[in-house]
Amino acid sequence: MAIKKIGAQTVKFQNPPSIISTYTIVGPKEGEGPLKDYFDYILEDDTWGQKSFEKAEAKIQEETIKAAITNGNLTNQDIDYLISGDLLNQIVSSTYTARQLSIPYFGLYGACSTMTESLSLGAMLIDGGFADKVVCATSSHFSSAERQFRFPLEYGNQRNFSAQWTVTGAGATILSSTGNGPYITYVTTGKIVDKGIKDASNMGAAMAPAAVDTLITHFKDTGFSPSDYDLIITGDLGKVGKAIVLDLMKKEGYDLSNNYTDCGVEIYDTEKQDTHAGGSGCACSAVVFNGYIYKEMKKGNLKRVLLIATGALHSTTINQQGESIPGIAHAVTIDINKD
Amino acid sequence: MKNMTNKEYQKYAEKKVPKPTYLKNIIMAFIVGGTICTIGQIIRNILFRSGLDEKAVSTGTAIILVFLGALLTGLGVYDKIGKIGGAGAAIPITGFSNAIVSPAMEYRTEGLIFGVASKMFVIAGPVLVYGITTSVVMGILYLLIKGR
Repeated sequence: MAIKKIGAQTVKFQNPPSIISTYTIVGPKEGEGPLKDYFDYILEDDTWGQKSFEKAEAKIQEETIKAAITNGNLTNQDIDYLISGDLLNQIVSSTYTARQLSIPYFGLYGACSTMTESLSLGAMLIDGGFADKVVCATSSHFSSAERQFRFPLEYGNQRNFSAQWTVTGAGATILSSTGNGPYITYVTTGKIVDKGIKDASNMGAAMAPAAVDTLITHFKDTGFSPSDYDLIITGDLGKVGKAIVLDLMKKEGYDLSNNYTDCGVEIYDTEKQDTHAGGSGCACSAVVFNGYIYKEMKKGNLKRVLLIATGALHSTTINQQGESIPGIAHAVTIDINKD
Repeated sequence: MKNMTNKEYQKYAEKKVPKPTYLKNIIMAFIVGGTICTIGQIIRNILFRSGLDEKAVSTGTAIILVFLGALLTGLGVYDKIGKIGGAGAAIPITGFSNAIVSPAMEYRTEGLIFGVASKMFVIAGPVLVYGITTSVVMGILYLLIKGR
C-alpha cells in the first residue's frame, strides 16, 4: 500500500530526508549576475581548459559533485546512488561524470526539470529505506545547448524577446537519512502538459501550463495555500512564463503575487546582461536552489520553500516534424523543520 | 486552465510576448546593410581604378567581401554585427560567408570530415539548394521563351 502518498500526485515523507551539503559552479556570465555571491565557484573561462563545450559541461558537473561530497565530509564510497541528468543527447554530461565517480548511477532526462526530478527520486529512495546518502545533480552549458538546439555561436542571428539564455553551471545536493535540515517534506510529481506551443524560442509559454497544473495539484493534495510558503519559485519560465503563471493561478483563485518568482528571472539582470526573457537550462534551477535558496534557508531567512523546476521536453527532430513542445514540472517542498 | 483550449492558450501566450521593435530593426538593418554595400562599392571603385574589366571587378569584389565576412566571423565580430543589423547583415554576401564559416568553426571539435566539412552547410545549404534550383529553372524558362 502506498502509505506515503497523499492526494492525486503527492508524496508526504515519514522521515523527511535532510539536505546535508550542496555545491554550485557557474560560468562567467552567471558570475556577473545578481546572485553571484551565492555561488560556490565562478569560472573565468567557460571551456575550463577542455577541448569542447560538452567536455567542459561534464567537467563542471563532475567537479560540482566531487565538491558537494567533500563539503559533506564524505567520500564516494559513502554515497549509495547518484541521480543526475542534463540537456544533451544521451545525457552525456551526466554519463561521463558518472564514469569518473564510480557511484551507482541513475540517469534522468527531464530537461530543465531535472533538479526537482532528481530530488524527488532521491528523497523517495531514502525515505523508502533504499539508501542513506544520495547525490542529486544536474548541469547545463550555454554553448553546448546552443549548438544542439539552435545555431553556431558565431552565426549572426537575432534572438526573440521571448528567448531565454541557457545557464552555464551545475548544482549538486546531497540528501541523507540523518541530518539537521533543511528537509524535503513533500514531493508533487508533475504530469506532461502540452498546450500546443511549437515555438522553440518561447519555452516559458510552453512550460507555464505544466507549472500551473503541478502547483494547483500540490495545493489540493496537501491542503496548503500559497501563504504557507515563504517562497514559491519555478525553475526557468523566464519573464513570459512567470507572467503567465501569475495570471493563470489568479484565475484559478490562488494569489501568488507576494511570494512567487522564477529562477530564470532572478539569475540574470535581463536588461544589463541582454538575456531577453531570462535564464533557462537544467542548471538554472539547480544553481539558484543549491546556491541562493539553500544558503538563505541555512541562515534562517527562508523557512519553507516550494521549488518547481520546469522542463520543456523539446527535441529538434520531432519539433521539425510538426509536433509541439511538451512541458513538465515537479514540485518539492523544502522546509527547515521536519513537520 | 482546464477550460482553455490549446488554440485559446496559444493566442493568450502570444499576447504575453513583447513585440519586436520593428522600426528600430528596420533602421538598423538599413544602416548596417547600407554600410556593407558602401564598403563593397568602395572596393569596386578601387578595383576599377587598378584597370580590371567589369567582370573581373565583380568577381574580385565578391571574393574580398566573402573574405572580410569570414575574417570577421573568425574574429568573433560578425555575430555582433548580425545582432545589431539583422537582415542588413544576413542578406549581403558577407552574411552568406558568416553562415558557412560559423558552423565550420563550431563543428571543428567533431573533426575535419564529420565536423567541419559535413556541418559547414547546415545553415547555408538550403540557400544554395533553392538558389541554384531557381537559377536553373529560370535559365530553362529564358531559353524556352527567348530562344538562343
